[in-house]
Amino acid sequence: MTAPRDKFGRPIVVVTGMGIVTSLGGGKTDNWKRLSAGESGIKTVTRFPLDSLKTTMAGAVDFVTVDPFSSTSLSQRLAEIATEEALEQSGIGSKGDFPGPLFLAVAPIETEWPQRLEVAREVPTKDFGIIDYLATCSGGKFAHFHRRFTFGSVALNLAETFGTKGSPISLSTACASGATAIQLGVEAIRRGETDATLCVATDGSVNPEAMVRFSLLSALSTQNDPPQGASKPFSKNRDGFVMAEGAGALVLESYDAAMARGARILGVVAGCGELTDSFHRTRSAPDGKPAIGCVRKTLADAGMEPEQIDHINAHGTSTPENDKMEYLATSAVFGEHTKNIPVSSNKSMVGHTISAAGAVEAIFSLLTLEHQRIPPTINYEVPDPAIPFDVVGNKARDAKVTAVMSNSFGFGGQNASLILTREPA
Amino acid sequence: MAEKEVWITGVGLLSSLGEGLDAHWEALGERRVNADEKRLAPYVIHPIAPVSFDAQIPKKGDQRQMETWQRIGTYAAGLALDSAGVKGNQEILSRMDMIIAAGGGERDLNVDLAIMNADAQGKLPPAVLNEKLMNELRPTLFLAQLSNLLAGNIAIVHGVCGTSRTFMGEEASSIDAARIAVARIGAGQSDIALVGAAHNGDRGDLLMLYSFGDFALKDQYASVWARRNNPGFAIGSAGAFLVMESREHAEARGAKPYAKLTKVVADLAKRKQPGAVTKSLQTLWPQLGVSNENAMLITGATGAEPATAEEREFLGQHPGLAVRATGTTFGHTMEAQFPLGLALAALSISRGALYPANDPTGLEVEKTGAPTQIVVLGVGHWQGEGMALVEAVK
Repeated sequence: MTAPRDKFGRPIVVVTGMGIVTSLGGGKTDNWKRLSAGESGIKTVTRFPLDSLKTTMAGAVDFVTVDPFSSTSLSQRLAEIATEEALEQSGIGSKGDFPGPLFLAVAPIETEWPQRLEVAREVPTKDFGIIDYLATCSGGKFAHFHRRFTFGSVALNLAETFGTKGSPISLSTACASGATAIQLGVEAIRRGETDATLCVATDGSVNPEAMVRFSLLSALSTQNDPPQGASKPFSKNRDGFVMAEGAGALVLESYDAAMARGARILGVVAGCGELTDSFHRTRSAPDGKPAIGCVRKTLADAGMEPEQIDHINAHGTSTPENDKMEYLATSAVFGEHTKNIPVSSNKSMVGHTISAAGAVEAIFSLLTLEHQRIPPTINYEVPDPAIPFDVVGNKARDAKVTAVMSNSFGFGGQNASLILTREPA
Repeated sequence: MAEKEVWITGVGLLSSLGEGLDAHWEALGERRVNADEKRLAPYVIHPIAPVSFDAQIPKKGDQRQMETWQRIGTYAAGLALDSAGVKGNQEILSRMDMIIAAGGGERDLNVDLAIMNADAQGKLPPAVLNEKLMNELRPTLFLAQLSNLLAGNIAIVHGVCGTSRTFMGEEASSIDAARIAVARIGAGQSDIALVGAAHNGDRGDLLMLYSFGDFALKDQYASVWARRNNPGFAIGSAGAFLVMESREHAEARGAKPYAKLTKVVADLAKRKQPGAVTKSLQTLWPQLGVSNENAMLITGATGAEPATAEEREFLGQHPGLAVRATGTTFGHTMEAQFPLGLALAALSISRGALYPANDPTGLEVEKTGAPTQIVVLGVGHWQGEGMALVEAVK
């Protein structure tokens, strides 16, 4: 018999449904099978021409199609698929009637190139400027582009499809967005505002401009051949992250509400924390203080000691700077215990699902707890001696896992961490 | 557990009327409007007033890393921190929570237009798009565009670095930013928060999205309530930021409140049904706890239809309200719409008066006496609606 409240007297927040899509496949079963087998979802991009691009591979989700294609429509479709799976597992509410609010992590939205060019071809004047262009935009012919490319469009459509309650929140905290969506859900349940929240994170951003933009910031790996070897977190020869697509959806409920309806509890969100880094727009503070503070805040929020964490699902982007900083921050908090903690990065296989990553990796953390098996970090052939983590290299490892810390550190100084456990503490 | 009282202890405003609270109070008193019918004719816009960003963003290097919307926001955030008396107070800033409502940043319109023209003339094989983007986009432009980088810049320039969350989704994002901040402070999950948004209306690239839906006001400026025959919103420019904190936290540091932010509520009407917005506002209204039917109301009504007509229907059911529409004065500042309304409500309460009406149609009426309750209303041009109750501190 466990207490219905945590040690701070707050409602315990449990997970009762999960859904996932990544470059490895659709659904928890396929994803877990391939992830724990060390398979990569990274491939050479076939969605658009690759001329002039320095990076030519990504973890694109090509088995889900939307027509006409836009990253926004794909993001929405991936979110729908993940949400359907999560709701089915949870059994909460009824079709089109979810009894709580929606928190959606989604990439910033803007009109995309195919649509921009579609309008451009209709402009009657030669060498047109913006005013001529705007005249062609208006008149109703392209009204559907407004519906598609407002920032709130994905959340609006999901809220209508799944019948979530209240004003749906779309959020971006860069690579930490997925974790932030979960955190907002946890806070709402702890406040007692609702018994359930739907937390969804999605990203379908593999398009030419997004790849160019990350490439111009020198953030992406250029080790294109073979594509599945590009993402190599914690390796000495890592050279950047690999863009990827995917979505994760979690149904969070108060422990009381989940027990009352006889729901199966998949895990507990024991703690969340975030701390902003004000050092630089894309780089983290050299002393790692903000990331250290983020990890400490998360432990404090969960009321746990560092020794209670027995696995870290790392942010592990495979960029030279992130992985180094992540070790620095982790070792500062966990001290001698660091070497006892198996660490792994799912991004070695699924790539960096950016806005979705925090939720995708929270789900993989919960599956790790369920299966008592830690998925590997593949491409771990040349360990970086500066990062002496106990990396679960190349092959999954069976281990006793009771509490997982999942980290997300992003551009704009966004740091967020979660602690997931099997049972209420 | 009783909810904690939330005070507004800092207000930062930069808009088409100028910067700072005194300048705004004076301009509102004179019914000043700075609309521009020529710059992006036929579109009517409200460009930001001339400002030297150095005063709040001292490093030129920081300014260079931002586009205008981020400069406006970072500037107004600095004004809010100054006004709350926490600027430079590292102990407080390092644990201050931040919730920003943001859209996206400026694109490089010259690059975009060159690509679009090349394509329209058949000179852009698909493979060349990559080359153009690789060669012509400035690497740092991405950082000026990303929604969460307004918060990132505020953290860097002002050191606000407890937590940082960016909400997106046009008007509703800022209603939710205020709603979540108040809920967190009320429940003791946060002591002090910076909440706000920024918008730059002087952007042809931004008009694209709104032109698709024919939402942008064309040809001639008119008061929001006088646009029945020529509906639409004039895109506005503003940075509007508030420091919100628990009463205990404010009192402990000796901070004076502008006003109390009692309640924020929001919803998502199913707008495919006519009248859904009116109905949603009717449902939200009793949740606010307005005790005086002769209260005052500051709305961000956009002038776009049918949302404004539905809002007007709701207002018509509360004839005692003294209404002010920010859209008339400032244009539609999108994500900044709601914090702008909150800022003006807090300002009015702190000055002990509601500013004059500015409406030839007579919907807005003059109101004397010190406001005790001001409702702030926000209805999205396409989705989302909400309201807040701002009250005088007793």
